[in-house]
Amino acid sequence: MAQERPKEVRSEFLYFALRNRKLRVGLGILVFFLLFAIIGPFLTEYDPNTYAGPSAQPPSSEFWFGTTTFGQDVYSQFAHGLRSTFIVGLIGGGIGTLVGVVIGLLAGYRGGMVDEILNMLTNIVLIIPTLSVLIIIAAYLAVRGILTESVFIGLTAWPWAARAIRAQTFSLRTREFVDLARMSGRSSLRIVFTEIAPNMMSYLFLVFILQFGGAILNAATLDFIGLGPTRGMSLGLMMNNAVLWAALQLGMWWWLIPPGAAIAAIVGALYVMNVGLDEVFNPKLREM
Amino acid sequence: MSLQVENLTVYYRTLRGDVQALENATFTIADGEIMGLAGESGCGKTTLGHSLIYLKPPMRFIEGRVTLDNEELPIWDMERMNEFRFKKISIIPQYAMNAMNPTRKIGKMTAEILESRKVSYKATLPELKRRLDLVELSHDVLNMYPIELSGGMKQRMVMVLSTLLNPSLLIADEITSALDVSTQKAVAEMLVGFRDRGFVKSLMVITHDISILYQIADSIMIMYAGQLAEKASTQVIIHNPRHPYTKMLIGSLPKVGVKHSKQRLAGIPGKPPLLLNPPVGCRFRERCPVAFDKCFDVPPFIEIEPGHFVACWKEFESNA
Amino acid sequence: MLKLDGVSKVYRVGTFGGKELHAVSNVSFEVPDGEVVSLIGESGSGKTTIGRMILRLTPITSGTISFNGVDISTLQGEALKDYYRQVQGVFQDPFSSYNPIFKADRIFRIVREEFFPGMKDQEWNGKLEDSLKAVGLNPAHVLNKFPHQLSGGQLQRFLIARALLLDIQFLVADEIISMLDASTRIDVLNLLADLKESRGLSILFITHDLSLGYYISEHAVILYRGCVVEMGSTDRLYNTPLHPYTRMLMAAVPRLDKKWEKVEVELRGKQSQITTGCVYYDRCPEAERSADCLTHRPPLVQVEDDHFVACSRYME
Ligand SMILES: Nc1ncnc2c1ncn2[C@@H]1O[C@H](COP(=O)(O)OP(=O)(O)OP(=O)(O)O)[C@@H](O)[C@H]1O
Ligand SMILES: Nc1ncnc2c1ncn2[C@@H]1O[C@H](COP(=O)(O)OP(=O)(O)OP(=O)(O)O)[C@@H](O)[C@H]1O
Ligand code: SF4
Ligand SMILES: [Mg+2]
Ligand SMILES: [Mg+2]
Repeated sequence: MAQERPKEVRSEFLYFALRNRKLRVGLGILVFFLLFAIIGPFLTEYDPNTYAGPSAQPPSSEFWFGTTTFGQDVYSQFAHGLRSTFIVGLIGGGIGTLVGVVIGLLAGYRGGMVDEILNMLTNIVLIIPTLSVLIIIAAYLAVRGILTESVFIGLTAWPWAARAIRAQTFSLRTREFVDLARMSGRSSLRIVFTEIAPNMMSYLFLVFILQFGGAILNAATLDFIGLGPTRGMSLGLMMNNAVLWAALQLGMWWWLIPPGAAIAAIVGALYVMNVGLDEVFNPKLREM
Repeated sequence: MSLQVENLTVYYRTLRGDVQALENATFTIADGEIMGLAGESGCGKTTLGHSLIYLKPPMRFIEGRVTLDNEELPIWDMERMNEFRFKKISIIPQYAMNAMNPTRKIGKMTAEILESRKVSYKATLPELKRRLDLVELSHDVLNMYPIELSGGMKQRMVMVLSTLLNPSLLIADEITSALDVSTQKAVAEMLVGFRDRGFVKSLMVITHDISILYQIADSIMIMYAGQLAEKASTQVIIHNPRHPYTKMLIGSLPKVGVKHSKQRLAGIPGKPPLLLNPPVGCRFRERCPVAFDKCFDVPPFIEIEPGHFVACWKEFESNA
Repeated sequence: MLKLDGVSKVYRVGTFGGKELHAVSNVSFEVPDGEVVSLIGESGSGKTTIGRMILRLTPITSGTISFNGVDISTLQGEALKDYYRQVQGVFQDPFSSYNPIFKADRIFRIVREEFFPGMKDQEWNGKLEDSLKAVGLNPAHVLNKFPHQLSGGQLQRFLIARALLLDIQFLVADEIISMLDASTRIDVLNLLADLKESRGLSILFITHDLSLGYYISEHAVILYRGCVVEMGSTDRLYNTPLHPYTRMLMAAVPRLDKKWEKVEVELRGKQSQITTGCVYYDRCPEAERSADCLTHRPPLVQVEDDHFVACSRYME
């Protein structure tokens, strides 16, 4: 009875998480797309980049989502694109968040020299023209995979996250519960991760959402200028192509809407989840 | 009658059941009256204050009727209360000092609050400045951020802000407890000044510091574990209390000029009951030195002398 | 024994840290073993800053603080942890002392993890129950709740219970009862006094209320704008306060036996900054102020046994 039993805490957390409608809806959408990304590509025999049939066909039983101006199967593009988009978003966004969070927390909590050095690093990464570096690197790598692309994106996207988290940490570290932890002999590192970080949980998740969205868009740009994975396909690339070949003006809505709607739905679901998580993390917001 | 509360019952919903934080409260505050509300920590003072103005989940309205200046307050309806909040009834919440938005300058914050009530900041500014003078704050505070103000300054600022539209009733929740003695005195006297000048008609001053109420309040109401125990004029409560709890409470106050090593003051033995599942009847029963079998029923809150209300069976018996 | 020797704290404030704020100036006093010393002063007088320096939460600008003869600014790592085993603090604002997203009793778990990692559940629960009972809490009422579900008084007593879990010798109690209600105030005061008696605990009792200081301690230090203006036995301070500031503090204490006198409390004066002369000059009501008041800062001089004051009127 005396101390907080972790199991109980977790189950209470789960209780609120499962009861939260926003979280359930967001998670539902996300899981749907995730499953689609995993299973979808197996349901089609067409390669996303080869010419599978007549050009500019509307959806039919043969070509579920229709075909592009060049006769590529939109469904196949979509399914493969969704998969790589998820990979880029999760890995690229994940790395960007992780690096930003660690650097922001350390700089904000330690202050002084540590802060100055990390701040300098942040500024350097911030001003390096990301695209030119990527172009140079791309030129050296003959075969580029989706993983390499994700790592690149993540490693260049963290600075703003670090900035924002540093500011948050700064204001949290003067709170008395941090003093109390210090008087309990907790090491600084532990205080940062067990006292300060949990207070920013929903904020950290928001950072991840933004990083996720940013990574998808960055990947689209890279893919578009041909620096993406060799022979890759992504939702961003699909949209870029559709816009480039005037799909909308030609009435080829089936080319433009699936990738656009999917990106919007995924990012939207993440946002809704964030609001829901806020309610779960913050005991004061929990609906009784 | 400025404020009239009848049978007000408010609970908190929790996973483990309802916390019965306010049970059947019936009392009035007259025009011009400064009523002190005192009682042990957790007895429901804040709950009572809040329920009159911000009754929101996990708070749950059970029953009751509240009228202010002969108009019924729809306290169970957060939306409809907007009409009354700030204009007719205003609150300085407990820990309001720390609740000010740190990123807004005081002036901007004031403007936002006023405009949310559809009152022009420009038109109010002269009056605002006049009142800042009254509480000895320089006009520069409007250009400052909350962190730049000391506790006493913030508290005075919140006081000015919450009474800017001359509400009928101001609920001040523990506004002096974080202040030092000299500022406490100044702020408490300013509250009286606000009443005297008609900025507010009546006041409900919530505090655990009865000695401050003795200095400024006209009447004092004592609560125990969610029930009203006694209400009477300040003199009567301090010098001639009738409820056993009030007697013990007054007796436990730190007295000036007493030293622990020479005379050890006694608190009230025992602890207040858990409000999740409070004892039946008088909730003070378990700690009451004079309790008897009748106390298993809830004692009504009865006027035993003009203006003196008590809820205690023993008292009724000896009066009968 | 805890000893402060010429301790000062200067904060850099203003846009580029261009201005200096002397929060604590040249403060010396000691807290002997097993004694309660009150540190009394208005808001902003530097009480918390002194407490935080003792607790190693704020670095000292100059001077030394030593505990049992050891300069505490040298402590690092295990030695610092050992210091915290003996010296703990409880703060004024119970609400910000808790991490709002965790249950309140997490503060106990942290103590357990850091200081008693090997202890068995049963032994720990007994220990925890004892210290909760010692501070007048019913464990069933208060455990397993979030901070916002508990009242300020309950949270504050939690913090004292936390300190009691350790084998402390010295407690910094920073305004711990200002947010407590009347009946528990006395209980907590008595609790502190009892801990002093039974455990030989030394306490630095920070308060703004002279009468509380009188109740619990034999010695007191009166602080104004970071300077000690009067100090000595509480009997002397209470019965014959000499500094005009001490007298004003006395008059402002709300009491049940008489109403406040109509003395104006000059609030604006609190804001101004005096660089030379007596720190209390601009608020001092003493009619026969000498010219010295404005030009020389009066040092702390002994006026009688166990009674020191810093006011030009008491200098030979
Ligand atoms: N959000 C909540 N959920 C559940 N119970 C609550 C909540 N807020 C308050 N309570 C309980 O309701 C009771 C009354 O609380 P309230 O805050 O009104 O007391 P109070 O008299 O204002 O105390 P204090 O003097 O410490 O401010 C307490 O027992 C408290 O534990
Ligand atoms: N981190 C800080 N940076 C700059 N100034 C500070 C800081 N902390 C405190 N101060 C200033 O130092 C002075 C003393 O503050 P301190 O908190 O020690 O006073 P106090 O006597 O504890 O007051 P209170 O009764 O309000 O708690 C104040 O003027 C305060 O504004
Ligand atoms: S009603 Fe009974 S238990 Fe309650 S205070 Fe009176 S005598 Fe005591
Ligand atoms: Mg309250
Ligand atoms: Mg302080």
